[in-house]
Amino acid sequence: MSTFRLDITKEHCPMTFVKTKLQLAKMRPGDVLEVLLTEGEPLENLPKAVVEQGHRVVELTRVKDSVHKLTLIKNALNS
Amino acid sequence: MAENNKLSIICMSGDFDKAIAAFTLASGAAAVNYEVNIFFTFWGLNNIKKKKGRSFIGNGLLARAFNFLLGGRNNLPLSRLNFAGASPRLMTGLMKKRNVATLQELFQASLELGVNFYACEMAMHILGLTKDDFIPEVKGVLGVVKFLELSKGGQTLFL
Repeated sequence: MSTFRLDITKEHCPMTFVKTKLQLAKMRPGDVLEVLLTEGEPLENLPKAVVEQGHRVVELTRVKDSVHKLTLIKNALNS
Repeated sequence: MAENNKLSIICMSGDFDKAIAAFTLASGAAAVNYEVNIFFTFWGLNNIKKKKGRSFIGNGLLARAFNFLLGGRNNLPLSRLNFAGASPRLMTGLMKKRNVATLQELFQASLELGVNFYACEMAMHILGLTKDDFIPEVKGVLGVVKFLELSKGGQTLFL
């Protein structure tokens, strides 16, 4: 199991979703991805979108100001 | 009825801003696991030409002149305030400055995420183009009936 990091705090729609999807495509099931994202559309919709795609959200924490860290596991469906 | 996550876009326009809209929707939808089809017709075919600049391609004198004047993906005009082609370059610069994906980045993302590109058989015939004039990622040449079959059960947009 490996841990990957992705910073999409400077990205805008649709690249926030595109970059996350492309990063996940490079990973193996069970790998961990930590995504730094901002409030607004990424924070509201990215966690939901990754769950709908079958990944498991482990944690969502505020890092600083409007920046949050989303930790997820690839292809581990929420039970 | 189960929701069918499918988006089909009819891209008729060869305008820069409408191409941005098409590839933004396509890449965004594909990023959240939608099946995405883009059916390029008439001026929309300029988006998928192998030659990105102006080139005398096509069968017949008039078709070659048309295709030269229309150009490829690098020559798409802004639908308003084009200023002889200066505006798309200025807009691209502005997009980079604001950290927004450019047309080329959105186009590339669409390809990487497996968006299906199709070309319109009838428009190709008018403009004297063949499948070899397009990028190899174009999956096929279609007519209306096949496009309706592909888009059935999903959402369809016209740009």
